[in-house]
Amino acid sequence: MQNVTDFVTDTLGGGEQVVSPAADAVYQVLDSEGNLRNGVTPTLDDEFVLEALRWMTLSRVYDQKAIGLQRQGRYGIVSPVLGQEASVVGAAMAFDPAIDWLVPSYRELPAYLIWGYPLSHHMLNLTGNPIPGRIPGGVKMLPTQAAIASQLQHAVGLAWGLQIQEKDGVVLTFCGDGASSEGDFHEACNLAGVVNAPIVFLLQNNQWAISTPRSYQSATRRLSDRAAGYGIAGRAVDGNDLLAVYEVTKEAVGRARSGGGATLIESVTYRMSFHNTTDQPSRYQDPAQLEEARQRDPFKRLHAYLSQRGMWNIEREREYSSAAEQAFETAMADAQKAAAREPAQIFENVFAELTPRLESQRRELLGPD
Amino acid sequence: MAELTIVEAIRSAILTGLERDERVMVLGLDVGRLGGVFRSTDGLIEKFGRKRIFDTPLAEASIIGSAIGLAVSGLVPIAEIQFLGFTAQAFHQMGPQLGRFRYRSRGRYPLQVTVRAPMGGGTRTPEFHPDATEALYVQTPALKVVMPSNPYDAKGLLIEAIRDPDPVLFIEPERLYRKGKAEVPDDAYTVPFGNARIARAGSDVTIIAWSAAVEVCERAAEELALEGISVEVIDLRTIVPLDVETMTQSVMRTGRAVVVHEAVLTAGFGAEVAATLQEECFLSLDAPIARVASPDTPYPPASMEDAWLPSTERVVAAVRRTLGIQK
Repeated sequence: MQNVTDFVTDTLGGGEQVVSPAADAVYQVLDSEGNLRNGVTPTLDDEFVLEALRWMTLSRVYDQKAIGLQRQGRYGIVSPVLGQEASVVGAAMAFDPAIDWLVPSYRELPAYLIWGYPLSHHMLNLTGNPIPGRIPGGVKMLPTQAAIASQLQHAVGLAWGLQIQEKDGVVLTFCGDGASSEGDFHEACNLAGVVNAPIVFLLQNNQWAISTPRSYQSATRRLSDRAAGYGIAGRAVDGNDLLAVYEVTKEAVGRARSGGGATLIESVTYRMSFHNTTDQPSRYQDPAQLEEARQRDPFKRLHAYLSQRGMWNIEREREYSSAAEQAFETAMADAQKAAAREPAQIFENVFAELTPRLESQRRELLGPD
Repeated sequence: MAELTIVEAIRSAILTGLERDERVMVLGLDVGRLGGVFRSTDGLIEKFGRKRIFDTPLAEASIIGSAIGLAVSGLVPIAEIQFLGFTAQAFHQMGPQLGRFRYRSRGRYPLQVTVRAPMGGGTRTPEFHPDATEALYVQTPALKVVMPSNPYDAKGLLIEAIRDPDPVLFIEPERLYRKGKAEVPDDAYTVPFGNARIARAGSDVTIIAWSAAVEVCERAAEELALEGISVEVIDLRTIVPLDVETMTQSVMRTGRAVVVHEAVLTAGFGAEVAATLQEECFLSLDAPIARVASPDTPYPPASMEDAWLPSTERVVAAVRRTLGIQK
C-alpha cells in the first residue's frame, strides 16, 4: 500500500485532466490534517459538507451499533463501511437520486440511504427477512449484490438502456479492489466504453478482499489506469477526502450526462474494520498498518477542516451523533414491527405465475391452501 | 402461410417481435451485418438500425449481464449466444443472475429477456460448440427452458418467449436449422409453454424427447412401424415448464416409456422425466423406463460424434428392449 505522503495533488481544470505520470497520484483537496491543498478551492459550500457529515455519522454509528448487536447474537452478518464513509457519501452526493440509478455492491450503506432506501429495510435484510428485497417504488436502486462484480454488467446494461431510450439518468455502481480481478469487471468496463454508457464505476480500493491484500489482486500500480485499456476516463482519488471524492465524481457525472461516457474512479481508502463480522483480521493484518490508517480517518480530516471554518465544535458533534443514534433506534423499532416471514413467501416471485410443477411443490411443502 | 425452415421461422418470430413492440432489441455476436452466424437475424439491421440490432463485444457474460440491465431500463432484449456450449462463459449471469432477479427483488424487477442459443451435435462443429447443457439451466431455478424441434413450434414458441414477462432460455436445434421446410403461418401466433406435442400417435411404447432428438425418435418410430410396433412420440417443447400431464397420460396407455436426449446420460433431464413418470404412473408400467442418451464422456471429436449421439438404431433397440423383444 502506498503511503499517504506519496499522494500528489492534481487539480481538476476544465476539459481533460492529465493524470500525473507519478503512478501513485491521487486527487486530493484536503490533506490528512484537514488543510486545503495549495491552490485548491473547494467547490462545496459548508452546508453541503455538513449534510455529508450527517450521512457519514449515521453510517458510522450504525456500524458500531450493528456490530455490537451482532456480537450479542441479535443481528445478522454485518459488513461495515468503517473507514470508507467519505468515499461512499462523497460519491453518492454527486448524483441526483431523482433521475440517477444506484447499482450497489454490499458495503455502501449511506449511498442506499441517500437514494431513499429505508434504514429499517437494510436491517431486515441482515436478518434474512424477504421484505427489503423489494426496493420501494420510486427508489432507483437495484438490490445489493453478494456475487462479486456481477452487478457491474447489469449497471452497464441499465446505463446503455437509458441512453438508447433517451431517458435522463446516470448510473453509479460500486465495486472493490478484489472485484477488479473478476472477468465481469473487465467485460463491463469494456462494454461501457464501446457503447459510451452514462455510468460511473466507483471502485473502492480499501486494500483488502477479506484477507487478500491489494497487491495480490493486480500488478498494475493504479487500478484506475485500466480505464485507458477500455477507452474510458480513469481517475484516482483519495477516498478518505470527502471533498476530493465529491469533486472527482461530480466531474464524472457531468461527463456522463453530457454524452461523454463512462468513468472508472479508483477511490483509495482503507477498510478500518473487518470484511464482515465472521472475519478475523488479526490473522493477517499488521496492527501498525491499521493504526496508520486510523490516522487518516475521514472523520478526523473533515472535523478539522470544518473547525478551521468555525463550523464544527463538540456540541455539534454530540448533536450529530445523537441524531444518528435516534435514527438507528427508530429504524430498529420499524424493523421489529415488520411482518414476520411466512414459508409461503418461498414461492412468491419465482415467475409471474407459478408453473403447475411449482404449484404441486408448494402444496406438498405447505399443505393445501 | 409459407414454407419455412426452422432458421427462417426463428427470423420471422424475431421480426414479428421487433415490429410489434418498439422496446424489443437484439444483441449478440455478429447479429448485425452478417445476420448472425446462422442468418437468423438476416436483414434486420438494415430494417431496424444499430440501436435495435446490436453487435456486441465478444463476451458472453456481458451479453447476458447487460441484457439484465437493459430490461431493468425498460427494454425487451433478445440476446443471442452463438452456441449453447458457450453459455458456460456466461453461466453466472445466465443462471443465478438472470433467473433470479424477479425473486431477489421481490417482484420489483421482473426481466422480460429471451436468450437464444443453438444446441446440439451432428454438424461437425469444433470442440465446445455442440454441448447439450440444458439440464444445467433447469438446476438454476426461475428460468424457463424452451426447446423446439420444428419450424411451426420454433416461431410460435419464440413469439411467446419474447412476450413472456420472465426470462426464457430458447434453445434451438442447430442440426435441423435447414433440414426441411414446413408450413408456418404468417401471423403472430403463439405456442403456449408447458404443452407437450404428440408428434406421432401410437399405442405400444411412448418415446419422450425434445429438440433435435425428436426427429431421431420419429425416424425410429417409422422403422418400428414396419415391424408392427406402434410408437407414440412426445415432443416436450419446453422442459421448464414441464407438461407432466401429457406424458403421464400417454405412458398410462402404453405402459412403456423411453426417454431420449443428446445430453450425457447421468443427471441429464431424462433422469427427471423417468423419475416423474415412476412417481405418477408406477402401477401402469409394464417395463422399466429406458433412457437413450450420450455416454458420460466429453463430447468427442467430430469424426466420432455419430457414434456418440443417440441414433435411430439405439432408439429402436431401446424400444425393443422395453417390449422384451430379443434381436
